[in-house]
Amino acid sequence: MKTDDLIDMLGTNVEPVGKTAGRTLTLTIAGGALIAGSVVLATMGARPDLLASTSALFLCLKIGLMLLVLVPASIFLGRLARPGGEKRVSLVLLALPFVAVAGLAIAALSITPKSHWSAAIVDDEWLECLISIPVIAIVPFAAIIWAVRRMAPTDLVRAGAVSGLVAGCLSALGYALHCTGDSIPFIAIWYGGTVVLCTLAGALLGPRLLRW
Amino acid sequence: MDKDQLKPFMLKSLRGDDAAHRELLARLSRHLRAYYRGKLSRIGRSATEAEDLVQEALMAIHMRRHTYDPAEPLMPWIYAIARYKLIDHLRHTRASMTDVPIDDVDPIGEEDDASGVESSIDLGRLMEGLPEKMRTAVKAVKLDGLSVSETAAKFGMSESSVKVSVHRGLKALAAMIGREKTS
Repeated sequence: MKTDDLIDMLGTNVEPVGKTAGRTLTLTIAGGALIAGSVVLATMGARPDLLASTSALFLCLKIGLMLLVLVPASIFLGRLARPGGEKRVSLVLLALPFVAVAGLAIAALSITPKSHWSAAIVDDEWLECLISIPVIAIVPFAAIIWAVRRMAPTDLVRAGAVSGLVAGCLSALGYALHCTGDSIPFIAIWYGGTVVLCTLAGALLGPRLLRW
Repeated sequence: MDKDQLKPFMLKSLRGDDAAHRELLARLSRHLRAYYRGKLSRIGRSATEAEDLVQEALMAIHMRRHTYDPAEPLMPWIYAIARYKLIDHLRHTRASMTDVPIDDVDPIGEEDDASGVESSIDLGRLMEGLPEKMRTAVKAVKLDGLSVSETAAKFGMSESSVKVSVHRGLKALAAMIGREKTS
């Protein structure tokens, strides 16, 4: 085929293009938050002590921390979904909250007697947390990948990783409604760790799922 | 080269201007041809193969133009697509990426190149592979130049169904071009 013939074809009855590309992705992320929250409340229920002051404090802490990652990650995903967008994201910025919480966790442990370490880290809920966050992340992840595929990412590893990161954060946000693991080291390891796991899974899957 | 001299054409083409869209694609095809020939000739690949990539990239630019942000300059967006398609192509044709210096640009230069080289892609044959409804719609609207309403009346389809079929048909063709070339 001659390239001119292709151009003739593409240039006949050109459809106007609306500005919906970024909006679909934003709506998908918002929808993912609703899904993750509803799944947690429907299957596991809210934590029974939700209204007690210390548990409310820790719930706010978890939500605040997740938003600190989720908001910039969502903005970066919007950039990564467009050609060349990988030049305008900073993965270091996304890693900062994780480093900060890890630092706080080490500080908290350093002032905790060693005999109490295992209670702080391996709460009753650690296994549930380890399993729940990645499992709840699956549906939001699939939805986000669907939305990113409609755009045009040109760095599939990073686009996949940040898709996984956003899905992991959405899942952790939902799971926080249920989880009673209230200690900084617990949050650092079981929330931080599982969200990092989701990010790595996204990085591995990105090149397969997002190719266009 | 004035980096953004093509941007006005892009903005018009996003609003559905046929003439601007053709002019844009024609000019971009010269940039892309120079770019792909430059890269591929270094690893002994043919001009036909470069032309395949030019067409794949044009198709990608057309199908993904909704991801262009009008607030941004145009050429980095184009270049990112061109580069992505080159890397994807090399990966799937088993060339080692280290053979081609992908990043030492050569910013996409416009080469005066009255090329008659055809790609290895046979549009007619690809069209045969489309489901009937898409083929009918693409042929009428994109090849025969009938308007959407004329096509709808002629084939007893609704206008929205024609639009959807054209869009899906082009998307399917883009995917086929990606698989077809030099495979």
